[in-house]
Amino acid sequence: MSTPLPFYQTGTFAVGGRLLDEDDRAVQSDPERSNAITKGHRACQGCGEALGARVVLDAALRAADGRLVAANATGCLEVFSTPYPESSWRLPWIHSLFANAPAVATGVAAALRAKGRTDIRVVGQGGDGGTVDIGFACLSGMFERGDDVLYVCYDNQGYMNTGVQRSGATPPAARTATTEPLGGHSGNSFGQGKSAPLIAMAHEIPYVATATVADLRDLEQKVTRAMSFHGPRYIHVLVPCPLGWGSATGETILIARLAKESGLFPVFEAVEGRITSVARIRHKVAVEEYLRRQKRFAHLFAGDGRPDVLARLQTLANRNIERYGLLDDADEPTDIGLLDALATSERGPV
Amino acid sequence: MSDTRPFAITLDVGSSLANRTGDWRTERPQYVRRLPPCNHGCPAGEDIQAWLYEAESGGGGYERAWRKLVADNPLPAVMGRVCFHPCETACNRAQLDEAVGINSVERFLGDEAISAGWELPEPHAVTGKRVLVVGSGPSGLSVAYQLALRGHHVTIREQAPKPGGMMRYGIPAYRLPRDVLDAEIERILALGVQLECGERVGDLRAAMREGAYDATFLAVGAHVAKHTEIPGGTASHVLDAIAMLHGLEEGEPPQIGRTVVVYGGGDTALDAARSAKRLGASAPLIIYRRTREQMPAHATELAEAEQEGITFRWLSTIAGVDGGELKIERMELDENGFPQPTGEYERLSADTVVLALGQDADLELLGGLDGIEIVDHTVAVDEQMMTGYPGVFAGGDMVPAERMVAVAIGHGRRAARCIDGWLRDVPARPEPQAELAAFEEINPWYYSDAPRTVRPLLEEIRRQSTFEEVVKGLDEASALYEARRCLSCGNCFSCDNCFGVCPDNAVLKPGGAGAPYAFDLDYCKGCGICVTECPCGAIEMIPEET
Ligand SMILES: Cc1cc2nc3c(=O)[nH]c(=O)nc-3n(C[C@H](O)[C@H](O)[C@H](O)COP(=O)(O)OP(=O)(O)OC[C@H]3O[C@@H](n4cnc5c(N)ncnc54)[C@H](O)[C@@H]3O)c2cc1C
Ligand SMILES: Cc1ncc(C[n+]2csc(CCOP(=O)(O)OP(=O)(O)O)c2C)c(N)n1
Ligand code: SF4
Ligand code: SF4
Ligand SMILES: [Mg+2]
Repeated sequence: MSTPLPFYQTGTFAVGGRLLDEDDRAVQSDPERSNAITKGHRACQGCGEALGARVVLDAALRAADGRLVAANATGCLEVFSTPYPESSWRLPWIHSLFANAPAVATGVAAALRAKGRTDIRVVGQGGDGGTVDIGFACLSGMFERGDDVLYVCYDNQGYMNTGVQRSGATPPAARTATTEPLGGHSGNSFGQGKSAPLIAMAHEIPYVATATVADLRDLEQKVTRAMSFHGPRYIHVLVPCPLGWGSATGETILIARLAKESGLFPVFEAVEGRITSVARIRHKVAVEEYLRRQKRFAHLFAGDGRPDVLARLQTLANRNIERYGLLDDADEPTDIGLLDALATSERGPV
Repeated sequence: MSDTRPFAITLDVGSSLANRTGDWRTERPQYVRRLPPCNHGCPAGEDIQAWLYEAESGGGGYERAWRKLVADNPLPAVMGRVCFHPCETACNRAQLDEAVGINSVERFLGDEAISAGWELPEPHAVTGKRVLVVGSGPSGLSVAYQLALRGHHVTIREQAPKPGGMMRYGIPAYRLPRDVLDAEIERILALGVQLECGERVGDLRAAMREGAYDATFLAVGAHVAKHTEIPGGTASHVLDAIAMLHGLEEGEPPQIGRTVVVYGGGDTALDAARSAKRLGASAPLIIYRRTREQMPAHATELAEAEQEGITFRWLSTIAGVDGGELKIERMELDENGFPQPTGEYERLSADTVVLALGQDADLELLGGLDGIEIVDHTVAVDEQMMTGYPGVFAGGDMVPAERMVAVAIGHGRRAARCIDGWLRDVPARPEPQAELAAFEEINPWYYSDAPRTVRPLLEEIRRQSTFEEVVKGLDEASALYEARRCLSCGNCFSCDNCFGVCPDNAVLKPGGAGAPYAFDLDYCKGCGICVTECPCGAIEMIPEET
């Protein structure tokens, strides 16, 4: 009858808990957390990006002992946080252009090195448009040169700040302002887009990870882990956008969870180009459960619906499940090399 | 560089704190306490979730838990053994994996209290009011305890030589060891409750007058065994289960033979058969008119009886006794599920027949009182637990309700509030009931998988001949684990999740006991994420007044 203790009812799924040791509580449960983005910001109700950025930066600030600089690309995160003269940032923060955040971060890191301030760490950050599309050359350069920057992409799967246009991270079949489901089209095309995390892995940089705002502890741990490395590091965080996705403002985290549990968004970690761990699916759901909660997929369910499109999306999820070993009975993923992953890759994770 | 300014800032900036985003809101979150289904299901009225919450801390939390528990039920070690735990049937966790083992944690706490010698709280200042309680079963003990705490003087009159009612003279020792029962009764008496055993109240009106009581609580139970006409000779020995169990307790083991048949389908039938087995009967047989599924006996008791070698014959009646033989008639269910005779008979040898056909209340003592309404051998009471005779209250088996210890305790608890109100001339108001914390309010994602622990059983060989306790308690580690399986339905358990998930940092953590979090309505935009992600359903959204 011996039962392993300590056991607590929510384990480590909730961010804290009165019965957990301090060390087992998330940074976000700490009343003294940095709150890198303070209140009063103008993000929409239920914004996943505002939450994700606070979680990332609070964890990075803790890891860097408060000595951290952030370089930000143009996008919602920049616009909602800094309408002059107000700023929500509680750390040194710089914004230059839409396309150049990785290069600005590189420059800051170089300047600090020149001044001998290697104790100060640098984070670059931006939305999926700024990262996966227009800033991509700068990002690849930053990786390739081995600059000492942690770059974080907050992926809300579209150009949200300018009115929900398609990006290279928009999933197939999603409605955006530039992928309207008209005529025979059912939203964004299949077979296009790219997986920035896999491409980052191809640069053989020290650390690459994906995460979502549905698991704040996992996200924090990945940031902390990334901060333990030097050189270029990349974290890609799925951050649902109630406005652009047409989801209920209260369901931001729920939807991120469904993205992961359906297999559409694989959550993993890679060191030097090899996947070292994946977050397994706990309660598998069909893609439909994820899609139905979002108006950007409403056309798949209108009238007779589009079972053919749903089937294609389910196939993408199934392929992720198989490729990344997302189910419990899958083999340990420790030996998945990048090339094995790319060999079967038609396109990146949805 | 000025030392108040954060490092590396070059321009003076304003803070977004100037922008009160609370204006955007159309709905606001608020913390609520919903009624956990276990509490809703507990007839004794326990605040189960609240005492499990304390027990989850382990160590000093056990005593805090016990104190919360005994505020409503002074007999946790007894109830942790004999209760049929409707709380567990209602428990939300059953929809996740298995119900929380509430009853086994209750027993653990009750046993801890006995071994550590924890005492009940000090009674309030003496009021000078005198209350007579007739009967010292769970209902009488419960009311006496609650009234004593409120400072009233309580006298219990009990006709039997020892207190406890059916907990002593019905429930056999292998399910409820008497040292446990004695310890919990002692603790109540230590509050100053006066117990007079061997004192039957035959004329209530006279007893009330003589003692100059301000109020009376009747808890005489239901002790008169129902009989059925069984035609035929008397060569087989026929006795009733209540008398048999009572005799056993008084040290007068009933005369039974080797082949014992018990007639009836309730828990009393099982207790009689299991006791007969321990007294030397070879394989007691229970005969019941209906099917196994229709037996009122509880499933766990049934399973334990089967393990001990009790045998059953369902859909059968005893049509007659003839010499050492019984005439058994086979029954059939009609389309309404009622058993009907078939005219098919068979014979069975038996030297003893034990009747366990239910009991009626003995209401003789009410003789001279007007206004008391008797319904089907029970006494009707109003919502204040008062009979038709002013100042005379009643509860437990003698009023129309389910017959179980927890109900009796709950009646005592409720009646004590009402009697207290009556004595002070301020009628007790009904206790407020919060909205139910249904499973839909729970966010099951957050609870880690944790199968239920099972209480160990006494080896079967020792269950053949001794009255030693059959079901053992949980060890400390298992009890703690079991307590921590609680989902804390509808009541905040300080998991910090709302504090962590708000995109607007609008959840504050002032750190006060009881109210660990607060909303910063200057900035909360009313997105509702905290509501969706609260694991236990302790936050709700309400429309903003405009
Ligand atoms: C064999 C058996 C097994 C049971 N098992 C369980 C179980 O496992 N779990 C469960 O929850 N319930 C069980 N029950 C039911 C449970 O015991 C009763 O519902 C409960 O005891 C009722 O409590 P009470 O206080 O109303 O009456 P009782 O417990 O019956 O107590 C009434 C008391 O009043 C006394 N009394 C009666 N008339 C007078 C008088 N005129 N003057 C003075 N004193 C008087 C009696 O002597 C008795 O002590 C069982 C019952 C039986 C018979
Ligand atoms: C060179 C250039 N092109 C276009 C813009 C307009 N613009 C500003 S933000 C933005 C979209 C940002 O999308 P993303 O990077 O995904 O961030 P999000 O707003 O979705 O968080 C665009 C197109 C610009 N500022 N600069
Ligand atoms: S999980 Fe806990 S609070 Fe909820 S019904 Fe079960 S015991 Fe009660
Ligand atoms: S998550 Fe924050 S902003 Fe949203 S309703 Fe709750 S307190 Fe308000
Ligand atoms: Mg975007």
